[in-house]
Amino acid sequence: MTPMARETPAGDLRLADLTKRFGIFTAVDDLSLTIGQGSFFALLGASGCGKTTTLRMIAGLEEPTSGQVLLGDTDIARLRPYKRPVNTVFQSYALFPHLTIFENVAFGLRRRGIRSVDDQVRRMLSLVQLDGFGPRRPAQLSGGQQQRVALARALINQPQVLLLDEPLGALDLKLRRQMQIELKRIQTEVGITFVHVTHDQEEAMTMADTVAVMNAGRIEQQGAPADLYEFPATAFVANFLGQSNLLAGEAAGTSGGEVAVTAHGARFSVPAGRSRADRGPVHLGVRPEKLHLVGSADQVPQGHQHVAGVVTDASYVGVSTQYLLRTGWGTELSVFAANDGAQVPVPVGSEAVTYWDPRHAFLLARDAADTDRTTPVLDEPVGASS
Amino acid sequence: MTLLAPSKPGQLPSPPRAARSGRHRLLPYLLLLPGAVWLLVFFGVPLLQLAAASLYDPSGSLSTGYAMTWAFGNYPDVVQAYWPQLLRSFGYAGLALVLALLLGYPLAYAIAQKAGRWKNLLLVCVVAPMFTSFLVRTLAWKTILSDNGALVGLLRDVHLLAPDGRLLATPFAVVLGLTYNFLPFLVLPLYASLERLDPRLLEAASDLYASGVQAFRRVTLPLSMPGLVAGTLLFFIPASGDYINAELLGTPNEYMIGNVIDSAFLVRLDYPQGAALSFLLMAAILAVVFGYLRRAGTEEVL
Repeated sequence: MTPMARETPAGDLRLADLTKRFGIFTAVDDLSLTIGQGSFFALLGASGCGKTTTLRMIAGLEEPTSGQVLLGDTDIARLRPYKRPVNTVFQSYALFPHLTIFENVAFGLRRRGIRSVDDQVRRMLSLVQLDGFGPRRPAQLSGGQQQRVALARALINQPQVLLLDEPLGALDLKLRRQMQIELKRIQTEVGITFVHVTHDQEEAMTMADTVAVMNAGRIEQQGAPADLYEFPATAFVANFLGQSNLLAGEAAGTSGGEVAVTAHGARFSVPAGRSRADRGPVHLGVRPEKLHLVGSADQVPQGHQHVAGVVTDASYVGVSTQYLLRTGWGTELSVFAANDGAQVPVPVGSEAVTYWDPRHAFLLARDAADTDRTTPVLDEPVGASS
Repeated sequence: MTLLAPSKPGQLPSPPRAARSGRHRLLPYLLLLPGAVWLLVFFGVPLLQLAAASLYDPSGSLSTGYAMTWAFGNYPDVVQAYWPQLLRSFGYAGLALVLALLLGYPLAYAIAQKAGRWKNLLLVCVVAPMFTSFLVRTLAWKTILSDNGALVGLLRDVHLLAPDGRLLATPFAVVLGLTYNFLPFLVLPLYASLERLDPRLLEAASDLYASGVQAFRRVTLPLSMPGLVAGTLLFFIPASGDYINAELLGTPNEYMIGNVIDSAFLVRLDYPQGAALSFLLMAAILAVVFGYLRRAGTEEVL
């Protein structure tokens, strides 16, 4: 029997009311989460949101203040790291500089008293496409190669869960894209549960089946990448996962499957199925690529809703042109016009109208004090307020 | 002269290629020159002189003068006469090294990895004894270990020492003195290499099923090897040639090879014997060091 086919006891990874405090700072706040066996799960958030702390608690490198880490039915939260069927690919790779690549990969097997490791190590090295690199030292390898050694070193132990802590963060863009596809391929091949921590939304969406967006120690929303993107649950998710134009408005209840919204003196409607709230202060959201730009209001197709303004900026980025449209009340909306050949460029300074299909809009509950939000959340530490 | 004159930055005339590379080739030698001269005058010449003295006619004396008779027989003679002291030197130094490792490794590890903001203070504490003279420190030990000192009194009271037992003038005292006096030479290089140890590597080891002991054996210890090798050498070499500790804390029964050489040159005025012993000690230490380095397998380290 090949070690690859070893049967692991069935088990989802479940975090139950997991909390970690450092002094008065709460890094992870009563987190509950179920990660299905064999899934590729991404924990996405800005730095300082608690995602790495969560990962370290699963690995056993950090002890939770309270709560459980369940693997199947067993609570592993208080086990020493070397007693857990969990392995980690570290952000810094943490390869042992004094050992060869072969010995780095064999490390886990040897510590568990397995004598004949040659076959497994060779197979693992070829899985990460590093055949023949065994005798080299980590310092002789490039960043991408070291990253793959770190992956092989963890995977060879066939953990029930593989934790990846920003594993691609140190690679350049091109290599990162390549490794994303590679990682996805390997995950499909070995069928181990991957928990991937990252601040890169594109990376999370490319690879994971399920993405959980974390902010200030809590999960804001969790689901398939497309669901999160198309119908975000909070303003944070709407602007952390890509970018959204969020207009502050007041909803006046549902009638005929539509929620009526008044924003900045104009009336809009959103399908009830795309509304997270139907009364009181709301954010009316539309993604920039769902907005279209035309010269005047009479060019707006039937059934679409529109806002007029002045084009203040146009950036040509190849696949699209990104416009900024300043509305009558001063908010700048982002409009991405696909470069599909059918678009007429709109000059900066000209008056224009942007319109959208109401089925592409979404409605989120809003704090009464919150105003329009149109800029993406940058990867900066987030306060506990949101 | 014009070539060497500083020119304004930005308008440096590019000197002829030959002159430029010539100067570049000379520069390392120029930098080496002062040190090389110093070594030649104060090490090379005396070493040759000592080598010559070790082959002088052993029947000569300072007053009658020495004749160069290529007396290689001096070497077997001194080995025959002083092999106990020679063995004892390495025995005491080795014992002291073991003690120093037991004390020094945990100390260096604690300072490097666990001390946090106390790191610098602790390092100063390690080095602080060096601010006083070697002699004074050893004399202080003489007081601490003396027969009517508090330590001996206490040990006698708890019956760890016979009522007439003593610490001073025993092999124990000499080994203790050696351990104490050379400990910083072991701790400092060890500290330097343990300080560079990335704690994330230990996390990785722990993640990869290594228990604390295994992580130490497989990661911490190999990565601290450079410091360990340097530290043990810096400890062992001066400790095996030391004569102050045996002189002040021991009796002639504890005398090491350093004491014999000391007396050959300064008391008995037997220069050929002193010189032969000195060379013998040097050769023995070199043999030990090379054997050690070969075993430790850290050529790239030194």
